[in-house]
Amino acid sequence: MKARVHVMLKDGVLDPQGAAVKHALGALGFDGVDGVRQGKVIELDLADGATEAQVGEMCEKLLANTVIESYRIEVL
Amino acid sequence: MKAVVVQFPGSNCDRDMAVALEKSGADVTIVWHKDAALPSGVDLVAIPGGFSFGDYLRCGAIAANSPICNAVVDHANAGGYVLGVCNGFQILTETGLLPGALLRNAGLKYICRTVGLKIETSNSAYTEGYNAGSEIGVPIAHHDGNYFADDATIAALQGEGRVAFTYTDNPNGSRGDIAGILSENRRVLGMMPHPERAFEDAHGNTDGQRLFAGLMAQLASA
Repeated sequence: MKARVHVMLKDGVLDPQGAAVKHALGALGFDGVDGVRQGKVIELDLADGATEAQVGEMCEKLLANTVIESYRIEVL
Repeated sequence: MKAVVVQFPGSNCDRDMAVALEKSGADVTIVWHKDAALPSGVDLVAIPGGFSFGDYLRCGAIAANSPICNAVVDHANAGGYVLGVCNGFQILTETGLLPGALLRNAGLKYICRTVGLKIETSNSAYTEGYNAGSEIGVPIAHHDGNYFADDATIAALQGEGRVAFTYTDNPNGSRGDIAGILSENRRVLGMMPHPERAFEDAHGNTDGQRLFAGLMAQLASA
């Protein structure tokens, strides 16, 4: 089983990198961008028998810091 | 007073921290992150600055899950003292010993310079050598020092007098200008500025000295 974990800063948490990317897009002439949020994607190659619940536990314990980040698990 | 400095791959302020503690009169041991236990009779654990595990995933995240950190959490939960500076502060938030998290600096730049700090409370072993409300200068050197916590947490920290230091001129976007915070029992301190770099005359600034002196005084009498 493969899983893909999307980690994003929660709404309301300042994302200075996203803001810088938005600014850079504006400088390139892309005027239609109202906001940019930057996150990360983690792909897991899991042994047989692994469960989505275990991936959830991995997110809670290490992959995301739930004080500032939310995560979404996609089973591939 | 028995102190331990924890060393992770990528720590780079461990020796400075050990020197500051030794010169303040502590008996200092450096322990490796793979050690599962602290030496017996330790009073203070210092988690130094640096880039533990290359800041991979998030600053402090991997270090917070290393074997030694379980022992550090047990030490703190048993009422032991823990000082986390810079990356050490990031690690302490990742372990959950201190609330909140350190985000990328608002201006996105790595900042390395001396900043003004206001002493918000003298009610802790770390700050008792200073007068509340006074200002000192201490160097910062970080890319991710932008303190974040939700409104309720910030209000609780401020209401309980657990904000130890604030920036006089916020360099990194930290909420409430927060530069350092204390645990509920006031024995765990996390701070982004480096008191060990403002310790002796050769540093050109000794404003950090009283933090170590206060700690020694408190722990020697304990």
